[in-house]
Amino acid sequence: MIVLRRAVILLVTTAVASLVVFALLAVLPGDPAQVALGVNATPELLAKARHEFGTDRPLPVQYADWLGGLLSGDLGRSYVTGEPIAPRLLDRFEVTLWLVGTAMVIAALVAVPLGAFAAVRHRRTSGVLVSAASQLGAAVPGFLAGILLVEVFAVHLRLLPSGGWTPPNADFGAFLRGLVLPALSLGLVQAAVLTRYVRSAVLDVLRADYLRTARAKGLGPVRALVRHGLRNAAVPVVTVLGLQLATLLVGAVIIERVFVVPGLGSLLLDAVGTRDLVVVQDVVMLLVVAVLLVNFLVDVLYAVLDPKLRRA
Amino acid sequence: MRSLVLGGALVGLIVLAALLSFLWTPYDPTLVDAALRLRGVDWAHWLGTDRFGRDVASQLMVGARTTLYVGLVAVGVAALVGTPLGLLAASGPRWLGELVARVNDLVLAFPALLLAIMLGAGFGASTGTAMIAIGVATVPSFARVARAAAMQVLTTEYVLAARSAGRRPLAISVRHVLPNVAGLLIVQSSVSFGIAVLAEAALSFLGLGTQPPTPSWGRMLQESQELLAVQPRLVVVPGVAIALAVLGFSLLGDGLRDRLDPRLKGVGDAGR
Repeated sequence: MIVLRRAVILLVTTAVASLVVFALLAVLPGDPAQVALGVNATPELLAKARHEFGTDRPLPVQYADWLGGLLSGDLGRSYVTGEPIAPRLLDRFEVTLWLVGTAMVIAALVAVPLGAFAAVRHRRTSGVLVSAASQLGAAVPGFLAGILLVEVFAVHLRLLPSGGWTPPNADFGAFLRGLVLPALSLGLVQAAVLTRYVRSAVLDVLRADYLRTARAKGLGPVRALVRHGLRNAAVPVVTVLGLQLATLLVGAVIIERVFVVPGLGSLLLDAVGTRDLVVVQDVVMLLVVAVLLVNFLVDVLYAVLDPKLRRA
Repeated sequence: MRSLVLGGALVGLIVLAALLSFLWTPYDPTLVDAALRLRGVDWAHWLGTDRFGRDVASQLMVGARTTLYVGLVAVGVAALVGTPLGLLAASGPRWLGELVARVNDLVLAFPALLLAIMLGAGFGASTGTAMIAIGVATVPSFARVARAAAMQVLTTEYVLAARSAGRRPLAISVRHVLPNVAGLLIVQSSVSFGIAVLAEAALSFLGLGTQPPTPSWGRMLQESQELLAVQPRLVVVPGVAIALAVLGFSLLGDGLRDRLDPRLKGVGDAGR
């Protein structure tokens, strides 16, 4: 029931979001035809280009056309290169997904044990240190982490490439080597943020009555936590993980620029540079849909993990 | 207590540097001098010069101004729009609460970076587009905090008393609810400020925020990133400034939260 309700909300929000993206970019100043042809273009050439781009039609028609295209997988053609956008977008999205997925795994692998450790030992020096380190780490911008990692591992140690991208099916070893640094820059900063949430969630659980009961009936601290605590601690952590996935998608835009990775972010920033508005529109829409979809999945998962919320 | 003092000190330091920069900086931060390119740290230039011969310490001070300015406007916009929305959602009819929640979901789907890119694509990137983008993206956090806190206050006895005395919902919101949720909103402002500083740095790093010649920490980093091997100071100085500013505001937020609500001490340090 809740899934159905959330699905309807997802559809409506996506529709409104598409309207927002279209409206924002359509009302903004700037004529794509003028941008494509330059300032010296004759009025005839401009009119011809506007007709080709379809920007001479009324806005509602343009919107309906764009939305129809989105639904059928046709994202239009670039104003600058004239090439169809959809295949390029998919290629780039795949690269970004590799990056974000790996970063997410790194963040979870680092943060869950560290956060639990910091919670269990919250009164001891080791726990406080982990906690302080995570607070400091969360304040470091991802691009700074990226620049520093390049300096250490690419420039000084010469272990890994400082940038670039090899597709996994071309040379898997090179693909992995190229993936490590950008994924680490993205993942470690998120790990710092996530560690704080995990710590706080586990601390809440440690103070809960049911855990005291579990301990009282003779379970050791670790077993009590694993058998009774982790599932409860998982609810807030999963929510944060979902929200972080959205942050990571956006963070990838920045990291891709640092490491010259040909993902969605590079495509977006290049399109902004050449004022290829239709590409900007498509990439932004894809990212927005991805964020909405992730939030939807988090809500659903939330309901599955926490039975109290199932009827809400 | 410790986070309050440490956070307060860091934020205070940045505010001081920014205020001082209005009256005095060691050099003109935008003054390009080829003869002074890439000077190391010495008495004349405390933090050296960059590859255009500009004084790094002066740029850092004026950059603090940019950082605070963007944060203030962005958080101000978010608080002024988000708080009334949250209060309305809590005290208004059910459908209104639902509507605010849906609008929140929608805005959450547009992170600051995407908004800044769209605004930048049309108007040309500037400090203004960055501030507005960060501000709009921060509205949902204020709306959520205000709504959740107001819901709690609305169940208290003095609100019931005011209601039975015939006070209108709007008057109750302003007279009783707002003063009681103000503390939490201040905490949220500090936390959001830290996030705004990080966002501004990222936008300026990408060239989507503050434009030259106005100094900004994110752009100082971007301009010198390829010099890291030769002149690490040029990357480390603005990098540390950004990290300390973000850390300062988030510690200050945590410290204020502990002060306001001792019940949450040590627990809520990650809850937003």
